[in-house]
Amino acid sequence: MDNEAENKPQEPLINKKISRRLLLGGAATTAIVAMQSSLGKWIQVAAQQPLLKVDDPTKRIGPGPTAVGKRSVFEHPVRIKSDTSSRTPLQDLYSSLTPSDLHYERHHAGVPVIDPDKYELMIHGMVGKPMVFKLADLKRFPSVTRTCFLECSGNFRSGKETMTPQEICGLTSQSEWTGVMLSTLFREVGVQPKATWFLAEGSDAAVMTRSVPVKKGFDDAMIVYAQNGEAIRPEQGYPARLLLPGWEGNTCVKWIRRIELADEPFMTREETSKYTYPVKDKIRQFSFEMDARSIITYPAYPNQMERGWVEIRGIAWTGRGKIVRVEVSTDAGKTWSVARLQEPVLDKAHTYFRHLWQWNGDETEIMSRAIDETNYTQPTLSQLVDARGADIGGYHMNPITAWQIKRDGKVLFKPESWK
Amino acid sequence: MARQLNNRSKYGAIALGLLLIVVLGAYSYNGGVGEPAPSITADTAQWPATFGFGKPATPQQIAAWDIDVRPDGLGLPVGAGTVAQGKIIYLAKCAACHGSAEKVVPGVKLPAPVLVSDSASKVKAIGNYWPYASTVFDYIRRSMPYNLPGSLTDNEVYGVTAYILNANKILKPDAVLNAQTLPRIVMPAQKLYINDDRRGGPEVR
Ligand code: HEC
Repeated sequence: MDNEAENKPQEPLINKKISRRLLLGGAATTAIVAMQSSLGKWIQVAAQQPLLKVDDPTKRIGPGPTAVGKRSVFEHPVRIKSDTSSRTPLQDLYSSLTPSDLHYERHHAGVPVIDPDKYELMIHGMVGKPMVFKLADLKRFPSVTRTCFLECSGNFRSGKETMTPQEICGLTSQSEWTGVMLSTLFREVGVQPKATWFLAEGSDAAVMTRSVPVKKGFDDAMIVYAQNGEAIRPEQGYPARLLLPGWEGNTCVKWIRRIELADEPFMTREETSKYTYPVKDKIRQFSFEMDARSIITYPAYPNQMERGWVEIRGIAWTGRGKIVRVEVSTDAGKTWSVARLQEPVLDKAHTYFRHLWQWNGDETEIMSRAIDETNYTQPTLSQLVDARGADIGGYHMNPITAWQIKRDGKVLFKPESWK
Repeated sequence: MARQLNNRSKYGAIALGLLLIVVLGAYSYNGGVGEPAPSITADTAQWPATFGFGKPATPQQIAAWDIDVRPDGLGLPVGAGTVAQGKIIYLAKCAACHGSAEKVVPGVKLPAPVLVSDSASKVKAIGNYWPYASTVFDYIRRSMPYNLPGSLTDNEVYGVTAYILNANKILKPDAVLNAQTLPRIVMPAQKLYINDDRRGGPEVR
């Protein structure tokens, strides 16, 4: 083989003295080019070397720059997936922003592939001028960026002690979204004053639809095409989705292709058969805003505690404005202290909280509760059951989550049953 | 009294190429509780009446996509279907996933939700939970059969809707569904529906 000799290191790489300053500084342009290509060769060589016995990063040149970055080989945060959804690993995150590839997913007929050049958003119905906007058109309008959470309103699981935050409520994530205010588009098409609802329709195989009050459209709704600074991910609605800050995820229709203005709701399957829930002897419909909620994400199952200082950490959020306070109890709900909130506290956004605690080794339970700017306090499960009846179903459940700390330092979820 | 620049109000103005600095007295930014939410919309007073982006939607474009059907019947297409016609379609194109529409077989796990309410098992389904018949038509036409969405003709959708409503004891076996008869159906669950009227506040509801 021709290049065998070239690729075979003559002696251990670490013995070759390469001065990076010589390579990258001072030298003339031609010299730099020559030297850079030889540096490239050295890196090729380095990459082919077996791992050194002495695992010392200061004694070994690492791989060079890459076109697209990857996580550290030591970090493996993953979504847990089912056939129709995947959950954010809340316990693996250190702040309130969710990396885009870990954003939760919920779709009703898979993720469609949509060519951005063919994409169109139609707005019609009770408007002065029915219009079709290409993606490029949407991007030309005055744009806005905002950070807010998304949450599936079916975001509550319970049942066993060995459940992680991800398994209990991983159907919530946070991104920074960029797009055009829906009010800007409404202004462009001339929404008629009599229009009170609009239908939002996706272009997935479910052609999923939801009815939304026009007021929300003028208030803070957006058509977003970017997530965390880059084009929105396919699972989150590429090339464009509806974003209704603070409202249940299902209303934020992904892959949006059509908005129809009307004077009554359309009563689609997702706002009747689904996303409704029994309250005593009635069925409650159009629960849009997500109620205030919080969860301690550390320490949580499967962490192992050690005696001494521990910083309790978690996230709190509300669809009704800002989180004003998070309270933490380390004695099974007998007493509560106020946690520190990470600034800035944003509207309708995951808010990171922290609370310093000294664990003395006794068995106990720790939990958090969120209070929002409407003075609503996150309830217990039994408060919810008392208010709604035992047939509460799975939607819009935001109970306090308790973690049991065992004497041996094991942390276990405290499942509660209500039926 | 400390005077601080309210930087946040600038963003909208910068977007318009204006230098607008609001000077507020006794107002310090700490991103904390009780402050007004930062304004995220630009000042539209400077905007043209229209930006002129996009194209008018043609009647053909609208007709191709406007498939929704409302409870009052608006959007229902021409055509018709009977319970008997629907049964043939159901058995051929739906039963594999949804099971027999005649009765719910207890303990059988289906790949898809049951479509017939059954007072014994109390499963929430069309007969006891859906408030409008229009939703059955609309959903089947846009999303079903799951493996071939949008493949049924309007007559087939009328027929299979009639068959499912009959299986739920809402329609007589000799009923014909069309744009006139479908909106007249009153679903048993409609009277149970209430709008969520919670607007925050301390009460848990
Ligand atoms: C390949 C399997 C499959 C076939 C075939 C199929 N469906 Fe479905 N159907 C599903 C699945 C899965 C869902 C649930 C989808 C969801 O929740 O998003 C569903 C949901 C439904 C629902 C809503 C049920 C509810 O309670 O909300 C109706 C109505 C329905 N199908 C009717 C039909 C009809 C009519 C046909 C035949 C024309 C049909 N389906 C064929 C898989 C199927």
